[in-house]
Formats: sequence, C-alpha cells, structure tokens
Amino acid sequence: MKATVIVTLKPTVLDPQGMTIQRSVASMGLDVADIRQGKYFDINLKDGASLEHSRKIVERLAKEVLTNPVIEQYRIVWES
Amino acid sequence: MKFGVVIFPGSNCDHDCYYVIESVIGKPVEFIWHQDTSVRGFDAIILPGGFAYGDYLRTGALAKFSPVMRSVKEFADKGGMVIGICNGFQILCEAGLLPGALLRNVGMKYVCKFLHLRTETTNTPFTNTLSKEQLLHIPIGHGDGNYFADADVLKRIEDDDQVAFRYVTADGQVTRDANPNGSLNNIAGIVNEGRTVLGMMPHPDRSSESILGSSDGRLIFESMVNALARA
Repeated sequence: MKATVIVTLKPTVLDPQGMTIQRSVASMGLDVADIRQGKYFDINLKDGASLEHSRKIVERLAKEVLTNPVIEQYRIVWES
Repeated sequence: MKFGVVIFPGSNCDHDCYYVIESVIGKPVEFIWHQDTSVRGFDAIILPGGFAYGDYLRTGALAKFSPVMRSVKEFADKGGMVIGICNGFQILCEAGLLPGALLRNVGMKYVCKFLHLRTETTNTPFTNTLSKEQLLHIPIGHGDGNYFADADVLKRIEDDDQVAFRYVTADGQVTRDANPNGSLNNIAGIVNEGRTVLGMMPHPDRSSESILGSSDGRLIFESMVNALARA
C-alpha cells in the first residue's frame, strides 16, 4: 500500500517562493492568478500492514513530522 | 557556572559560541553532542547557528528528534536558560519551546549584514544588563528568518512582553525598510512564557568583540552570566 502526503502552506501564510515563480512566469506570458509551492512525500507501507495500522502511521507522520502545524497543512492520498 | 554548546550535524557557529563564552566572557563551557542524552551539570544551553541536518524537510525540523533535544526540553521546562541563535531559534520553534515559526525571507534572498536591533524588554535573563529601547548593532545571516505566528499567538506574545528584539532603523524606528526578512512586527527575537528561553535570528556570537565590527552581542551573554550569578 502506498500513501502520498501533500504538504502546503496554510492559505493565511505568505509564500514568497510561489509569488516569485508566478512573477517570473508572467514574463513568459503565462499569466495566472496565484501559484503556491508545496511538497509531497511518497510513503510505501510494509507488506502485510493492516489498513488501520497504516492509516495510523501515515496520519502521525503527516501530523507530527512532515508538517509544522503553525504554518502548514496536509492531505493524504491513498493508493492500493 | 557552566555553559553548554550543542553540536548538531550541520551546526557551523558552535565554535564561535564556544569561543565567545570561553575567551571573551571567560566562563566554563563545553560542547554537547547531539547524541547525548543528558545535559546534567550545565547552567545554560546554547543552540548555535548553522544548518542542522542540512535544513532537510524544514529548517530545524529534524534537529528536534535528536536525543539531546529531549534533555534540552526537560531542562527548559524546569526553568533552565536556553538561547537559540539563528538556526537555534528555528530549532526551538520546531521543538515547540517557542511559539511561531520561521518562514523563507520575503525577498527570497539569503541576507547577511549588520543591522540595528531595539531592546524591547529588559525583563529576561538575556537582556538584564541592557536598558529598554537600547539599540544593538548585530549582524544577521539567514535565508529563513521571517517570523510568523497566527494572529492570536502574535497578540499574546506582544501583550505578555515576550518580544525581546525588533529590527529597527539606526535611530530606533520600526519601519518596513528596517525589516530584512518580512518578520511580523519586525520581530528579531522572542522569549517563551517563562522568559528563560530566547530565540533570535541575529548573531550575538559574531558581534562580541570590536574587532568584528561590534561588541554589542557580548551584552546578551553578560546578561546570562549576571542572571546565573544572581540565581
């Protein structure tokens, strides 16, 4: 089983990297309203791990390690 | 009275801090390895600048899992004095010892220069030899020093006098131009609720002798010595 954790800055947090990308691509004529940069983590669970156990692990990982709750949020996408 | 300087993989101001305490301030100091599980015998802990764990994941994020950080947290919870400088500040925020977080600089640049700080409170063991609104000439060197906290937390630290230093102009004004990184309210350093943990982005360790351009940073370490002597 595989999970992808997508981490982005909270909407209330300024994203200087996204803003810089947006401004830069505007000069290519790629005019968009907003770009927000984030990151993602592919996580492969061990063979035979139960669904419940896997969910617990990934949820904890996302919450306690991969994001800083002061500035970031996450969502988890599951693949079997 | 003994100071401890923690070395994480990627710390690069550990020797600067050690040198200042030993040779400028003249107090006993020892290094503490990140794998150590005790900080027993130390009276003050310094988390130095650098790039702990290569800044992987987020600045300061992986350092909080070092064995030594559990001991540092216990030490701080009991009222022990801890100062985090630059990357040390980022680590203290990630570890939950200080509120808020440090984001990428608004200008996207690594900023390395001398600037002016205004002392916002003297009611801390790090600022007790300073006077309120005293200006300090201290350098910064960072790419992620943009202090952020949500509105409630920001209000609380302002109301509780937890802001230690702000970036200001040469004549002490809080202006947008004096802010090198986009920090909310021009915040350069804060203390925790108990006032015994300080995090600051500027480097007092790089400004404790006039030959380096300023000796103002020394006042912060002398305040710590002063507080420990009184304890």
